[in-house]
Amino acid sequence: MAGSTLTVKDLHVAIDGKEILKGVNLEIKGGEIHAIMGPNGTGKSTLSSAIMGHPKYEVTSGNITLDGENVLEMEVDERARAGLFLAMQYPSEINGVTNADFLRSALNSRLGEGNEISLMKFIRKMDKQMEFLEMDLDMAQRYLNEGFSGGEKKRNEILQLMMLQPKIAILDEIDSGLDIDALKVVSKGINEMRGEDFGCLIITHYQRLLDYITPDHVHVMMQGRIVKSGGPELAQRLEAEGYDWIKHELGIEDETVGHEA
Amino acid sequence: MTTEIKLSFDKDNVRSFSKEMSEPAWFEEFRLKALESFEQLPMPRPDKTRIDKWNFTQFTQHTVKSAPYASLAELPEEVKALVDIDAEHKNLYIQHNQTPAFLSLSEELKSKGVIFTDIFTAAREHSDLLKKYYMTQAINADEHRLTALNAALVNGGVFLYIPKNVEIAEPIQAVYVHDDAEANLFNHVIVVAEDNSSVTYVENYISTMEVSTTVANILAEVIVNANAKVTFGAVDTLAKGITTYVNRRGVVGRDGRIEWALGLMNEGNTISENTTNLIGDGSYGDTKTVVVGRGEQTQNFTTKIVHFGKNSEGYILKHGVMKDSATSIFNGIGKIEHGASKSNAEQESRVLMLSEKARGDANPALLIDEDDVTAGHAASVGRVDNVQLYYLMSRGIPKKEAERLVIHGFLAPVVNQLPIEGVKKQLTEVIERKVR
Repeated sequence: MAGSTLTVKDLHVAIDGKEILKGVNLEIKGGEIHAIMGPNGTGKSTLSSAIMGHPKYEVTSGNITLDGENVLEMEVDERARAGLFLAMQYPSEINGVTNADFLRSALNSRLGEGNEISLMKFIRKMDKQMEFLEMDLDMAQRYLNEGFSGGEKKRNEILQLMMLQPKIAILDEIDSGLDIDALKVVSKGINEMRGEDFGCLIITHYQRLLDYITPDHVHVMMQGRIVKSGGPELAQRLEAEGYDWIKHELGIEDETVGHEA
Repeated sequence: MTTEIKLSFDKDNVRSFSKEMSEPAWFEEFRLKALESFEQLPMPRPDKTRIDKWNFTQFTQHTVKSAPYASLAELPEEVKALVDIDAEHKNLYIQHNQTPAFLSLSEELKSKGVIFTDIFTAAREHSDLLKKYYMTQAINADEHRLTALNAALVNGGVFLYIPKNVEIAEPIQAVYVHDDAEANLFNHVIVVAEDNSSVTYVENYISTMEVSTTVANILAEVIVNANAKVTFGAVDTLAKGITTYVNRRGVVGRDGRIEWALGLMNEGNTISENTTNLIGDGSYGDTKTVVVGRGEQTQNFTTKIVHFGKNSEGYILKHGVMKDSATSIFNGIGKIEHGASKSNAEQESRVLMLSEKARGDANPALLIDEDDVTAGHAASVGRVDNVQLYYLMSRGIPKKEAERLVIHGFLAPVVNQLPIEGVKKQLTEVIERKVR
């Protein structure tokens, strides 16, 4: 079977009673790379958190399905095992839990009881991916994200992506705070994942990540909705001209949520 | 306010028990004196926990008869898991409720003059030696009602004596098995390390039954003489319903060293005191404690290091997880007496609460009567972080497993540093069981 399909329909999401997303529609299929761009405060990260099931975000209406299955009825861990992955903007630090123990536990929870990966096989697999991402091998034995630099955290998110092989991945500002070398490594990891069975949604402020990963579809988000979609050329125009021309075209004065035209 | 307390045991009961155990006269006298003072003495006052409704003194049975174990093969499975059954030279004491049930001490240690035997045998065969250390240096019988009660009714325990210059590498273990719903335990452990000696002692208090409405009153006195070293490990897993008072206290002489590794995992209400008196110059005390509370239990853990000697160092590290409706108070006290210059007192206490109903409190105190010292403390009490759980779950890890990882992670910094491998392993298993 070719890849999976994630469908978001008329999604409304509130946080602490305040509506942030106001009707988002999006479909991501296996083999496709989508980018959502837009200035700060327009609801991009809220979309990613709502899809994954962050406890603070409340879906007030609309629906999300993965291959027709209702994602909103699933617990966070069930969503992950169904094939969703979110590379987080601010990954949690967890004291006392090593990176390796965490990843093995995550991998085994997908494989299910009785099918657990052997320790040796796991170590080989993890070492191989860490080398690919040019990470220090001793990071496997460090506590999860604790004391990691910004760049190390982002690499570690991509390491998890490569180890867990989800069907649909959302990368929330994976490029923020990265120097150019780290950006190249992270891009290399994402490109390695590319293929028929892998769909991806990249959330970013900047065109520069898209220089390394060419998206199939580009969307612009403002005021809690997707206001414009296009091909890779849209990202290039945004880079060259900024967002003002879209605001002008749509009659938007302030693009952030809460300032609807 | 005075509380009416009546013991179901009088002088005659105590006398006849003492006779039955063929105790020396001084031991019998000691019991009777403690019994006499019992009623006048106040109860202990653990800071921030009210224990006036707890039952430490009302029980009907003083002794139960339990069978010795003819061989280790007869041990219950839970107990087998604690001991190294296949080891060729075992240094092991097993007590079945109050009955000395198994004892093994290697010939090599015997020939070096090491004494390791139950408290009654010690009173009969090593009377003078025991008398020298029994409630004379670490714990006094008249400190409060519960120390007096232990002195009056002691019905179990061991005496471990390491002569001068004897260094023992392998751990010496005592297992106190509780499996009788009528068994009240008044246990007394004495560990004496003479000058330049070293020893590791590990004790387990284990219930093999789920519930028992009894009393456990446990004292451990550890005497560390000059330049000696004692590593003291304990894993307590007494059943729900048992009200426990446990007081483990060490006194450390010049350049002596004591390291505690305590896993306090009782299921019932527990008052635990762990005190180290750093008497000699250059003495060193280190206490590492791990706690898991669950169900409805209330617990109070007081860890105290008192510096008398110059250049003495004291370290307290204590982490606890509270589940369900469990309540616990963590008191940490670093006290530096006048004259204990160049001393250092450090402590860290952390409590993690897993549920809305769990309660935890950490009270660090530094009491310093000397100028030329260093000291520090850190304490925190917090609930499990939902965002951490979300992060773990977003990788496919079910909530239960995510909680398990967070709890292990929270306790790991203490467990990983425990100085005794066997205790580390046992504790990891107990934690695993309790947080599942």
